[in-house]
Amino acid sequence: MKTSVSSSPDSDQSRQPQVSSPPAALATPRPIAARVLGAAALLLMAVLPLLPVPEFWITQANYIGMFALVVLGLVLLTGVAGLTSFGQAAFVGLGAYATALLSSRYGLSPWLGLGAGLLITLLVALVLGWITLRMSGHYLPLATIAWALSLNYTIANLDVLGKYDGILGVPALQFFGISLADGRAMYYLIWLCALLGALAVRHLLDSRPGRAIRALGGATVMAEAMGVSTFRYKVVVFLIAALLASVSGWLFAHVQRTVNPSPFGLRMGIEYLFMAVVGGVSSVWGAFVGAGVFKVIEDQLKELLPRLLGSNGNFEIIVLGVVLVLMLKYAPKGLWPAAQLLMARRWPVSSRTRDWQGAAPLPGRPHPARGEPLLRVDQLRKQFGGLVAVNDVSFTLHAGDIMGLIGPNGAGKSTTFNLISGVLPATAGRIEFAGTAVTGWPSRRIARLGLSRTFQHVKMIPDMTVLENVALGGYLRGRSGTLKAMLRLDRQEERQLLAEAERQLRRIGMQDHLDELAGNLALGPQRLMEIARALCSDPTLLLLDEPAAGLRLKEKQALATVLRQLRQEGLSILLVEHDMDFVMGLTDRIVVMEFGTRLIEGTPAEVQASPAVRAAYLGTEH
Amino acid sequence: MDGTIAGILMLDGLTNGAIYALLALALVLVFAVTRVIFIPQGEFVAFGALTLAGLQLGHTPMTVYFLLALAVLAAVLDLVAAVRARSPMARAGRAIALRAMPPLVIGLAALWMAPMKLPLLGQVLLTLAVVTPMGGLLYRLAYQSLADASVLVLLIVSVGVHFALTGLGLVFFGAEGSRNPSFWDASLSAGPLILSGQAMIIIGASGALILALWLFFEKSLHGKALRATAVNRLGARLMGISSASAGRLSFTLAAFIGALSGLLISPTTTIFYDSGFLIGLKGFVAAVFAGLSSYPGAAVGALMVGLIESFSSFWASAFKEVIVFTSILPVLLWRSWRDPHHEEH
Repeated sequence: MKTSVSSSPDSDQSRQPQVSSPPAALATPRPIAARVLGAAALLLMAVLPLLPVPEFWITQANYIGMFALVVLGLVLLTGVAGLTSFGQAAFVGLGAYATALLSSRYGLSPWLGLGAGLLITLLVALVLGWITLRMSGHYLPLATIAWALSLNYTIANLDVLGKYDGILGVPALQFFGISLADGRAMYYLIWLCALLGALAVRHLLDSRPGRAIRALGGATVMAEAMGVSTFRYKVVVFLIAALLASVSGWLFAHVQRTVNPSPFGLRMGIEYLFMAVVGGVSSVWGAFVGAGVFKVIEDQLKELLPRLLGSNGNFEIIVLGVVLVLMLKYAPKGLWPAAQLLMARRWPVSSRTRDWQGAAPLPGRPHPARGEPLLRVDQLRKQFGGLVAVNDVSFTLHAGDIMGLIGPNGAGKSTTFNLISGVLPATAGRIEFAGTAVTGWPSRRIARLGLSRTFQHVKMIPDMTVLENVALGGYLRGRSGTLKAMLRLDRQEERQLLAEAERQLRRIGMQDHLDELAGNLALGPQRLMEIARALCSDPTLLLLDEPAAGLRLKEKQALATVLRQLRQEGLSILLVEHDMDFVMGLTDRIVVMEFGTRLIEGTPAEVQASPAVRAAYLGTEH
Repeated sequence: MDGTIAGILMLDGLTNGAIYALLALALVLVFAVTRVIFIPQGEFVAFGALTLAGLQLGHTPMTVYFLLALAVLAAVLDLVAAVRARSPMARAGRAIALRAMPPLVIGLAALWMAPMKLPLLGQVLLTLAVVTPMGGLLYRLAYQSLADASVLVLLIVSVGVHFALTGLGLVFFGAEGSRNPSFWDASLSAGPLILSGQAMIIIGASGALILALWLFFEKSLHGKALRATAVNRLGARLMGISSASAGRLSFTLAAFIGALSGLLISPTTTIFYDSGFLIGLKGFVAAVFAGLSSYPGAAVGALMVGLIESFSSFWASAFKEVIVFTSILPVLLWRSWRDPHHEEH
């Protein structure tokens, strides 16, 4: 069964537990009370090692920090992007062994070990991602299981890595002459890494590349049509997750001062996933909650179960397994989002601060001169097996026109749209857009030339706000990459993008819905949001697939006014629509399709007068 | 390496490959019908082998109690669901009792028969009878209510079930491994090659089971219903095929195949409580060879895995597992190159 992206509010999927649901209310600032709580927690963490806390708890906190660093990667990978890996422990192992080998065998600086670990992790993750991420989602976890086992057996059988005994005598870290041999000193480094990691991931998710990443979980077709290379972002997310794990491994090696294969096996890989699911697989702070709960509970179980059962062994995995299944069944979102929900009841979440007033407008695209041929479709054909969905259709759209594509259900109108926008590859024929032959191009490449579209079944990211959804349409008008977003160097451009998104939403009459979650909108406003998203890319040609479906009469009239105004501004529009009053009153030319073939093309008056069209819609008298 | 060694390795590889083929078929079946990537398949291998080992010693294996517990738990959950749905109690009660009856009867019969030291064939049949119903019960307990969730969620559930079953395996059987007596001590020799009776049984049983599965899917109504569910769950449901019972049936088959594989393999190697995982994963490598979708492809992949394993154990025995599991990467590369466009499922 296809988990289609379209999420009409009553679609089946929306009620099912989804591991991948982008974090809700991500960018909205917390109210004061929550901020005070957060600051207090941070302060407590900062002074914890200075207090007379038993060494045991410092050690626990160190492990929680290192685990959380790995789980952060899984939040990004599994919770947001809808991919997963059981091999994160193996990446931890790469980081740990790289620094252990270099610093204990060859006496090199551990900081060099960190670099080496990151480099080798990057290479391995790149190869793995490149091989598996093009395929459907479940091959990645299977490949990571295989690779986690292989790496573990390799390490355990290599003489140079000390086989099952591992490498002993890893030196302590030195930081500007200060030794970090003590657990309390290490605590600061570990938690600095973990919190910086969390901050970077949060920054990333609230940015231009972040919106593209949040589309990976179930809106890839739409993201591609907005110009996003979804494959590239899948690789990026996989790399980030691997590198976070590698850093955790580096810390681990210098905390333990010895490494051996067992903590980097498949079992630990599964346990990292357990932490992510328990804490809240799509929330950044859930990574910390999950790591904490896991570490404390596992320790208790390791004490308790062997005493109960009267023999030694890893009995805690029974409980972990059962808890994992129960969590997915009864609380698929995890502990942190549940806590958040409780907090929101007490202190309602305020809406996003509008800090983009007065941002410089994004540069626009020159529109072609009115009357020039903009889109030429020649003998276009699409076959699904034996079914000819589009049968050698030809027509030309001139710049500045609104053209209607009408026909009875099943005439091939939406398929024609998909062919023109590159969502589906054509079987034969030629498409020329803005003077360039675009036949066979992927949709993201055609989008660069200035073509944008909406979908017959609304495609959006339901857990993102309306404003953010629309800002995704402006993806191609920004340049900030992943690294810039993590370091928050993208704010000026981000303000420009959000300002543009708000401008388009105002134009379409949706200014009151900016901060609403897109999934909570009714069908009509969702369609309007899609139009605003398409407009946000500053297109020369707009493809609208049934824009008026689900709108009330007044809303339809308002939409027609907006479309006419866009035509005034030099925009060209091709639209599929069933509402004949809407089409006839708006369009300059109409193409009629029936059973995949073009019936006639002409002005609205010509089409209305045509007996062939009447026959197609109403049947013929015999 | 000379021809003799190559022949011996080949025979060895084919014997193991036959086992992997069985497991790969079960994995493809379960994935096609329920979209579950069934990581715990291997646990049934260990459960089968070690239950038989327990019966050999005249113990009552703990798996019998486990079966009874699963059946009771499933019945209780069914009852709660029926009460919540306000279905007519008489009818619902009868349906629940009907479903709980077979595992309960088998469990109680096993309690009675286990200490009797039945002949080997009797013990084998008893083992299969005890382990097979666990498949359907596990489906009911862990998967059924999540049946419409994404492949990813189901995969994580599978990992959880694998954890739980492995840990329980340790509780049931302890950390020591067991090896069962050979089913048939005869052997055929052709020159330096010796074909043991057990290898013949393994290859024969795998062949017979593959044939039986083919007949089941092609000729029987239940088999056709499973295939329909695999192609289109909603469509099958509209045609009156319950996707829940299709899921239970496919899991039951998977448990049967797993237990049978365990019985077949246990005279040739020592089985520990956690040995099944690696054996099952090799079935997975084979199933991935076939894109988790083709039965003949999975069988061919399994024979290849068996051969790769036996030859690499000759050349680099320490890296045997590494070679087997790394072989999945070129296969994935080839598949992604051949068939790159996959929308998310």
